[in-house]
Amino acid sequence: MTTKELICVNCPMGCRVQVEMEGQTILSVSGYTCPRGKEYAEQECIRPMRILTSTVRILNGEHRVLPVITNADIPLDLMAEAMDVIRGITVEAPVEADQVLVHDLLHTGADVIASRSMRRAGN
Amino acid sequence: MYDIIIIGSGIVGSLVAYDLSRYRLKVAVLEKDNDVANGTTMANSAIVHAGYDPEDGTMKALLNVRGARMYPQLCRDLNCIIKNTGAFIAAVGEEEEQVLDVLAARAEKRGIACELLDGDTARGLEQNLSDNVTKVLSIPETCIIYPWEVAYAAMETAIRNGVELFLNTEVTGIDKVPEGYLVKSGTQAYEARMVINAAGTGTAAIDHMVSDRVDFEPRPRRGEYFVIDADIDYVSRVIFPVPTAKGKGVLAVPTVHGNTLLGPTSEPIEDADKKETSFAGLESVRQQLQKTMKNPPLRNVIRSFAGIRASGTSADFLIEELPDAPAFVHAACIDSPGLASAPAIAAYIRDTFVGKYMPLEETPDAVMTRPAPVVMKNLTPAERDAMIRRQPLYARIICRCEQISEQEIIDCIHGPCGARSIKAVKKRVRPGMGRCQGGFCEPRVAAILARELHIPLTEVLLDSRNSRILEKENR
Amino acid sequence: MMKHYDAVIIGGGSAGLAAAVTLKQNGLENIIVLEKDGEAGGILQQCIHNGFGLQTFNEQLSGPAYAERFIRQAEELNVPVLCNTMVTHMHADRTIEYVNPEEGYQTVTADVIVLAVGCYERSRGAVEIPGDRPAGVYTAGQAQRYLNIDGYMVGRKVFILGSGDIGLIMARRMTLEGAKVYGVAELMPYSNGLPRNIKQCLEDFDIPLYLSHTVTHIYGRDRLEGIDVSAVDENLKPIPGSEVHYDVDTLLLSIGLIPENHLADEAGIRMNPRTRGPVVDENYMTSVPGIFACGNGLHVHDLVDFVTLESSRAAEGALRWLKKPQNDSADILLQAGEGVSYIVPGHVHADMAQPCELFFRVTAQFDTAEVLLKKDGEVIRRTVRRKLMPSVMERLKLNPADLPADGSSLTVEVRERNTK
Repeated sequence: MTTKELICVNCPMGCRVQVEMEGQTILSVSGYTCPRGKEYAEQECIRPMRILTSTVRILNGEHRVLPVITNADIPLDLMAEAMDVIRGITVEAPVEADQVLVHDLLHTGADVIASRSMRRAGN
Repeated sequence: MYDIIIIGSGIVGSLVAYDLSRYRLKVAVLEKDNDVANGTTMANSAIVHAGYDPEDGTMKALLNVRGARMYPQLCRDLNCIIKNTGAFIAAVGEEEEQVLDVLAARAEKRGIACELLDGDTARGLEQNLSDNVTKVLSIPETCIIYPWEVAYAAMETAIRNGVELFLNTEVTGIDKVPEGYLVKSGTQAYEARMVINAAGTGTAAIDHMVSDRVDFEPRPRRGEYFVIDADIDYVSRVIFPVPTAKGKGVLAVPTVHGNTLLGPTSEPIEDADKKETSFAGLESVRQQLQKTMKNPPLRNVIRSFAGIRASGTSADFLIEELPDAPAFVHAACIDSPGLASAPAIAAYIRDTFVGKYMPLEETPDAVMTRPAPVVMKNLTPAERDAMIRRQPLYARIICRCEQISEQEIIDCIHGPCGARSIKAVKKRVRPGMGRCQGGFCEPRVAAILARELHIPLTEVLLDSRNSRILEKENR
Repeated sequence: MMKHYDAVIIGGGSAGLAAAVTLKQNGLENIIVLEKDGEAGGILQQCIHNGFGLQTFNEQLSGPAYAERFIRQAEELNVPVLCNTMVTHMHADRTIEYVNPEEGYQTVTADVIVLAVGCYERSRGAVEIPGDRPAGVYTAGQAQRYLNIDGYMVGRKVFILGSGDIGLIMARRMTLEGAKVYGVAELMPYSNGLPRNIKQCLEDFDIPLYLSHTVTHIYGRDRLEGIDVSAVDENLKPIPGSEVHYDVDTLLLSIGLIPENHLADEAGIRMNPRTRGPVVDENYMTSVPGIFACGNGLHVHDLVDFVTLESSRAAEGALRWLKKPQNDSADILLQAGEGVSYIVPGHVHADMAQPCELFFRVTAQFDTAEVLLKKDGEVIRRTVRRKLMPSVMERLKLNPADLPADGSSLTVEVRERNTK
């Protein structure tokens, strides 16, 4: 049996969660404050998942780049590939907040969406 | 073919260019850096010493006294800040008090007003003077300036009068040719009848390009300083310790912009380009300051820096024509009081050497005064409104600490000696000099530079030629 | 004719927008927000990472998304936000001078002013790192702006001094953009960032955190070429011989934030030397009647959610004051005792009608801490909390019943619980 101590990244509390495991099987989870902490710790032991945030090139926008975010966690081990996808995106202003820019990123089920709305420059 | 080439655009080179721009002469200035006055002139104590310090009979004594008396009018003509703060030389104990008597006698002989004060009287006027100080020599004439501004204003005026300034032009070789000299910079060459070498720490290296009889060696010295936040009123005058063989010691100096300088150290260095600060140097400033000062405001340091002085093996200034290179004049070993002496150095070079080789005929077109740049912060409400009606960008503030508008920054980029880097903008209109030190405005200044110079943002420089601030476009 | 407003809110970031929305929702009609940047939202616009809004919306929003919710709310309530507008002066008689390209210089008066001016980053000058002055040394926030707003990378080989959250966030951000981040050095023996950022920004990417270390030399004439990093002793002095050299082209500084305080200074507002922001009472009113303060311009927060909460409360305080001005100085001092670096508010009125929440920070790490509320040296409340650290803001409720009747002071103390 192994015990892992994790810091939950869901909220600023940063709870220290202990997970007891036998091989790939989770025996017990303790130290969490809310259900998210338990879920996080379980998932973290199997395949860590994170939100990815970045920017994409936007044409004719108020700024050169538009901030984007995945609308669900994606596997941490897919970050490099996900960044390759994001680097390839160019959008054109105007853009609305939450507008989907990539559907089902790398078959993760998560979409890449605009973090904010952005008008055309000069408007 | 130029009449005169000036090598270097520090305070000496700039004032020589300014002075000569009133005559019918074709003058060029070659500057190795991408901005004027980026070396010794940029980093020093900014004091116009009255001239009591140099020994009798030296060029330093002669030119310091003269130069100090030229500054008030020069600063009026060029619209530069000068403040007459006065200075205290603070003695601790009897031995040092005797030195004050020597300095006082010297000052009186040179017509410099001075007064001896006891320690308590002096402390009544400067509260942060150390309790150990027993006697003070007060020199009311001492002034402070923004040295870089004087050099820049002089060069700007010279350019308006027809002087040509070549930036990024490091002298790599000089050939003697029948009519004078061919000064080379990489693949470029400039021919002139006369050369004035005012290259600061680089003077000797350039001398060697034309002469086998260079009679001094460079011994550059580094001085480290702290800059204190403008909110702190630490001293109202320049406070010197009693000078020793090692130099003027660590001073407390008010600046024209309301900050306080504490420093400098004085340390010989090999490489005059190494303008770096050190733990030991800054610690030494802290230690040495205690001799004459108390309550050092070291919690309010906003910056530290090091400056290089163009000292050499000669204790006195060397302003002379090289013996084996006619019409090749150098201004060498210009260390303290070089700044205070600079206007007199320029006049001396003109009268002694330039006049010998060419007629000094004034041109009626020369304008020796500089219009004041627009500084919104200093205008009356009516003046500000008039400016904004003309150009709304005078109302778009880029630097919140110093309240500098976008148009003031644009103006300094498009001036006759325009800014080409973030630091060059900072020197001209001061964004980033306030307490946030550019945290807010630097990216905005970079964007304005890119737009106005028609260059990609990735080509914007912090300071010197290879100091790009951004690595690449991301996306 | 000088314009007059019921309320002028200085700053259109998270604090200013929340204050404005609360004022407007409570019927204050004639209000205006003055924003120095080209758009509202403040620093959140460049904080593109997630983690905002868990307390306020129970969601993990990005900074721009969090900002946009308040920008929308302000729009729906018809709160005017003047952008590109810099307040140049503020006076104790509640006149404000501002300037923008549309109107030029203007002077206006207000019944109440809400200072929501945010903070700035400590820069290299504040920490005295010896060496050269090359390009390539940035505050973390500057690099963040270049990357997230302008779309440029500042370098490719990076070291970070200071474990503040912006630095940690930038470590991850630049790594994902292909830079190599060699490490983060923190002078203190503990991190100044939130634990989750240590995990998801450093550990996820195998970026080492060197506690009790600092940068002791900067090399590079034009562009940064390298740095020395040294261990420090218990007095935070570098240990000679412990230097490790890194060939990097970029050094990010994440060494602390300071409330933007020059307007408050100018108006003669009393400042707290610890927070470096104004001293306020339970209504968030400063020492100058009618001028209120909130957000990072009051004290630096760890979470934007608390900025929002605090700013709404400041607006409520302003509304209460407008109804019944109470200009006598608050009489009960709230003192930061042992283990506490500061408390906001700094004092309260003895006749405070409703409970008030205190924000405070601890001076060191505590595993299991006792938080003590003391009146005249006597403990009147004792709570036990786990894992307190300087990077995390703590809260404590203060009830009217806790207040001493005779107008003395209250002290908050934090100490490690005795585990016998």
